[in-house]
Amino acid sequence: MNHRGKVLLTKIGLDAHDRGSRIVATYLRDAGMEVIYTGPWQQIPDVVNLADQEDVDVIGISSLATDHALVPGLIQALREAGLGHIRVVVGGIVPNAEADELIQAGVARIFHPGASRESIVQEVEALAAEARTTIEQDHQA
Amino acid sequence: MSEHQEQKGSATVSQGDGKPGDAEAQRAWKERLTDLLGPDDRRTNRSGLEVRALYDPNDWDSSRYLEDLGYPGEPPFTRGIHTSMHRGRPWTPRLVVGYGIPEDYNKRMHHLYELGLTGLYVSPCNSHMRGYDPDQVEPVLLGTCGTLIATKEDMDLCLDGLPIDRESVALGDTAPYTLSALMFNVAKDRGIAWRTLAGTSTQSDYLSHCAALGMFFRIPLDAQRRALLDHVTWMNETAPRWNPMSVVGQHYQQAGATPAEAMGFALSAALQHGMDLVDRGADPEAFLARFSFFFDVSLSFFEEVAKFRAGRRVWSRLVRERFGVKSAQAKRLRFHVQTSGADLTRQQPLNNIARVTVQAMAGIFGGLQSLHTDAYDEAICSPTEQSARIAVATQHILRDEAHLADVIDPLGGSYYVERLTDEMEEQILSVIRIVDEAGGMFEAVRDGVVQSMIGRSALQHQRAIDSGEQVVVGLNRYVIPESEDGDEQVLQRPDPERIARYLDRLKHFRETRQQRPVQRALDELARAYESTDQNTYQAVIRAVAAGATHGEICGRVRETVGFGNPPVVV
Repeated sequence: MNHRGKVLLTKIGLDAHDRGSRIVATYLRDAGMEVIYTGPWQQIPDVVNLADQEDVDVIGISSLATDHALVPGLIQALREAGLGHIRVVVGGIVPNAEADELIQAGVARIFHPGASRESIVQEVEALAAEARTTIEQDHQA
Repeated sequence: MSEHQEQKGSATVSQGDGKPGDAEAQRAWKERLTDLLGPDDRRTNRSGLEVRALYDPNDWDSSRYLEDLGYPGEPPFTRGIHTSMHRGRPWTPRLVVGYGIPEDYNKRMHHLYELGLTGLYVSPCNSHMRGYDPDQVEPVLLGTCGTLIATKEDMDLCLDGLPIDRESVALGDTAPYTLSALMFNVAKDRGIAWRTLAGTSTQSDYLSHCAALGMFFRIPLDAQRRALLDHVTWMNETAPRWNPMSVVGQHYQQAGATPAEAMGFALSAALQHGMDLVDRGADPEAFLARFSFFFDVSLSFFEEVAKFRAGRRVWSRLVRERFGVKSAQAKRLRFHVQTSGADLTRQQPLNNIARVTVQAMAGIFGGLQSLHTDAYDEAICSPTEQSARIAVATQHILRDEAHLADVIDPLGGSYYVERLTDEMEEQILSVIRIVDEAGGMFEAVRDGVVQSMIGRSALQHQRAIDSGEQVVVGLNRYVIPESEDGDEQVLQRPDPERIARYLDRLKHFRETRQQRPVQRALDELARAYESTDQNTYQAVIRAVAAGATHGEICGRVRETVGFGNPPVVV
């Protein structure tokens, strides 16, 4: 088990712009995290299955169009699968009003264009630690 | 005197036409410069070329003017592909427009047309790009990034009252090319002869989709290759004013390739498409005259100008060498340019108006034929009506107020620009050599060679921004609190009720059409894809005429040849 965290980076919906997610994958990997990177157009049930099988701490959704509108559905599906501890972050182009909606739906963090490498690495690492603490507490309880 | 002559011939001074004594003056100036800037002052552009503080006559051999530059409209076209360039024929302002249901698109396009946006552009919804009808995807994703189009009826509504018989139409169309088939059927119903239609299938270059933007990737690579050749063949025979081959350099650069790489990849892809057509027995003099290109323009101003000038020169020589073409028409690099969205920032978004202006100027000085200027809110949402209006006005200001269309290739003859054009040419040629060694663009893309190069360059550029070496105003320098950016003006999502009404209409269309001709035409389509000698695009044209929808056509093609996805290369 990678102690710095395990992250699934993916895209759901219809868009395929992947310059950002590929760079973020490199950032997280260089920082010592384990990264699973998929191509675009993943279906929510497949993302949930992959996250479960790979035992990831964080799911990063890249959205350059409006695919982030599907993220509340992903969070719901994770909870239903007993994977509510997994932290979900979104990176890409998200207008402020829609960002507020996503946070309310349970998204842990939104990285807008220009988010620094340091902030992405630090925050994802912290969220991964949080996810593991949550699951340990659940096991103890 | 003899001492000076010796110096001119020495290794420190290149072949230029500087007068005797220049070398001494140059050396003295360089010493003074080094005193001021220090010995470590070194700068490079995005393509990795060193940018010096000054260029002089030694950097450009003006005695090669006719061979290397020539006059506009004459090979090697360094100064432009038309005799009078923008002075006689200003570029076409053309914006990617796509939003909501067909009626919403039509209203927006009429508005922009009245503002002087003469180039029509139909950008379909992401659902369409992926090969689906709108009722096959989550409704919340519909109509936000392009307009909903599934049927001939939709296309008719999109183009209602727009002069497709007079203005050229750019369609974001790719294999199996339903969008142009929809438009050609609409034209037929309106009594417009196909041979008079002018326009471009802007997304026909499947190689750029495979390597750099999977949005348009619907069927496997081999099937896309065949569909493209059928599309080009049919269009060249039936609609000689249409550009069925639009080679896209823009995707590579937006994905992170350097300007030189993007030009090199695009020209390599064009060579591949050309070779494939020759293998089919097509005449390069004819098909090359209809090739068009689509490039990105970044903020690296002089580098971009040099990229376009060098690209024209390289292409005109390459097609002469590799296809043996003689006519000027077959050697011209005609291109549309889109300003780079990747250079725009979400922070202080109005600053993007300045960025787009500089990008547009680089494209104009680079000799473009049509231009898309990004709206300033590109890094936030799809353009609002106001931001799209400013994007159009920017072009008019540059053309009519700043008079940038008056003089042809106004930067030609600048020591720096000529030297940089030569150096970019070298860089572009070295990229083409790498692709050649990989077996040509088809194999280079299939094997991930191109993707790896793009990934490396993207990371390098991002690291330069992260370290602050590349300044981005409002992002890594001159940062202000986000609260001072002002209120965000965001394009409203399409009204769900309008989307629902659209979906009802689509259902009604499917239910009330004659079903048997649709099935017959789809069967014919499948047979065409199974055969090796039938033209698959002709079958698409017929399927649309019979009432098949876009999603049905793509679905049937996928049943026949498979569902392609581009390889993931990290």
